[in-house]
Amino acid sequence: MKFVDEYRREEDIQRFVESIRRTATRPWTVMEICGGQTHTLIRSGIDRMLPEEVTLVHGPGCPVCVTPLELIDRAIAIARRPETILVSFGDMLRVPGSDEDLLSVKAQGGDVRIVYSPLDAVKMAVSNPDRQVVFFAVGFETTAPANAMSVWRARELDLDNFSILCSHVLVPPAMEAILGSPGSRVQGFLAAGHVCTVMGFHEYEPIAEKFRVPIVVTGFEPLDLLQGLQMTVAALEEERWGVENQYSRAVRRDGNLPAQKLLRDVFEVRDRKWRGIGTIPKSGYALRDAFEKFDAERRFGVGDISARESSDCIAGEILQGLRKPAECSQFGVGCTPDHPLGAPMVSTEGACSAYYRYGREE
Amino acid sequence: MSSEKPVDFSTASCPIPISEYPTVLMAHGGGGRMTQMLIERFFLGEFRNPALEVLHDGAVLEIGGSRLAFSTDSFVIQPLFFPGGNIGSLAIHGTVNDLAMCGARPTAISAGFILEEGLPMEDLWRITRSMRAAAEEVDVPIVTGDTKVVDRGKGDGVFINTAGIGVVPAGVEVSPLRARPGDVVLVSGSIADHGIAIMSVREGLEFDTTLESDSASLAAMVQGLLEAGGDGVHVLRDPTRGGVASALNEIAAQARVGVRIDERVLPVREEVRGACEILGFDPLYVANEGKCLVIVDRDSADRVLEAMRRDPLGAEAAAIGEVVEEHPGKVYLRSTIGGSRIVDMLSGEQLPRIC
Repeated sequence: MKFVDEYRREEDIQRFVESIRRTATRPWTVMEICGGQTHTLIRSGIDRMLPEEVTLVHGPGCPVCVTPLELIDRAIAIARRPETILVSFGDMLRVPGSDEDLLSVKAQGGDVRIVYSPLDAVKMAVSNPDRQVVFFAVGFETTAPANAMSVWRARELDLDNFSILCSHVLVPPAMEAILGSPGSRVQGFLAAGHVCTVMGFHEYEPIAEKFRVPIVVTGFEPLDLLQGLQMTVAALEEERWGVENQYSRAVRRDGNLPAQKLLRDVFEVRDRKWRGIGTIPKSGYALRDAFEKFDAERRFGVGDISARESSDCIAGEILQGLRKPAECSQFGVGCTPDHPLGAPMVSTEGACSAYYRYGREE
Repeated sequence: MSSEKPVDFSTASCPIPISEYPTVLMAHGGGGRMTQMLIERFFLGEFRNPALEVLHDGAVLEIGGSRLAFSTDSFVIQPLFFPGGNIGSLAIHGTVNDLAMCGARPTAISAGFILEEGLPMEDLWRITRSMRAAAEEVDVPIVTGDTKVVDRGKGDGVFINTAGIGVVPAGVEVSPLRARPGDVVLVSGSIADHGIAIMSVREGLEFDTTLESDSASLAAMVQGLLEAGGDGVHVLRDPTRGGVASALNEIAAQARVGVRIDERVLPVREEVRGACEILGFDPLYVANEGKCLVIVDRDSADRVLEAMRRDPLGAEAAAIGEVVEEHPGKVYLRSTIGGSRIVDMLSGEQLPRIC
């Protein structure tokens, strides 16, 4: 298949593995930010091909994993109301809230639906004027423009029955939080290519400078990941820091300017809570006052629902790259994709789930 | 960007699990581990007997000196009409194939209809006509049936249950328990066509070409391959719900063997691969309705493969892997780029990813 097979050829892959092997003379720890990248790494077996000098740790870039527990509880409270249709991306439905997940609410009669595009939720509001349609707007900068567009469109159509439950998070503050954490052992980053398609990569330049780390904007195919890693290891070996762009076929330094304008119009930056991590300053989006009418938390008065996370799960350390999933005493024993103890075991992009599904038990 | 004080990760923790669902979820019908749990805990737990324990596509019973295969299947598909078939043809193919997977020649079929008030007669006509055509094609009469009507809103147009019996010829011994190290794993053609075709219609996805379901009766092809392979044919399985991955996992677990497959030789149509890439699906877990997996003695593999390829439905048949002694109960895949990974049983349903 065109634009896919080119990035999955065994000879090319081996060439880059060999190049990384030749380049790495000392041990290095590199974090891939995005859950999609983790998924590719484990699914194609790249993690097992790398020389022992290079350790990959899996970052917090899985939207399902970092959406805070109380947001799930709020979504469940909304979905339980008879007048609402709760609309979500597919893999949010399995994430456990405090007592149950959205799949259970659906089984008990809640109207919970899956869409591929937030604009489909707007269409649903148009065709169901007697129902309240609530879109569960989660994700990083990648999904934010489409979610912003849904609100924009709803305002254009003057809809009174559409709102979003917003839980958007941003990558750069999370990277800063990880680098600034006392236990951090991350020495270089593969930045999330798709996030940068929207935002560009200039906002990573001050981070690279401040913490003196190489950050390589990287794509999602096996060859992308290996090339990104090769570039990161080369920079580390040469003691260079700064931002480089491996994913140049999709990412420009300035990113997608119209999308950014839309984001600025609809959202403002606020502190956000991350599941398994805690509050990170200025790390998320919330609706601007001009769009408060479309804020589901206000409309349904669920903003007060809070939840406390507690258990043996070491998700925080995993999302920060301090420990590997298999180092958790619950991994594969008390915690499996069927019975997730923690968010990283839920989504296919979660590090624990990827390890479990693809047999990384050692 | 701000970093007044470092975020404290040491106290980070995760939520309490949902261990048991108090109600049935859609995922219990997905053909993965949740379905398996339901079957094992409830149905096998209560109904246990030697014929059922094999957990094959049908039961094989000794009656009056001959071996009869007996199988049943229910069809609740939406949309009722889809590219490549409809609920009627699917209901016939499904049961015919389940019988064929027992090594049986289908003899007779029953059909039970649950009709929803308001179903257009024209739709029912189209469905029954295709059932007749599908049954005639394999020369199996529909010999008994049942009809019920439920209130509008209590059904989904029409649900169909079919059951069938067939005779297993002497010398044919097909069972998931017969998979053994050294055997070769064959598949009769491209995988994931049915699931992706249904998904595209349901979600309104458009591609350059129309994706068609592979819904078809495998009886003739299976007869041909059994004639060619005889006792060398150890296991037959049609990878419907849960796809090739779930079918191979079930076989590996039951026969206590390992299975290795090679991603490079898995037949997947270009457009199906594209759809899977877009939707974040793995074709190994997507349903098929006109394909079968054959696990065959290494010495008979070439003969069986040739026989399959002579049938139009098996023209693209391929050897995709082998049965091994190592890692019993587990399926491993060699990835396109030379890595390796486990192919686990699907947990619930495949859900589209966020990004």
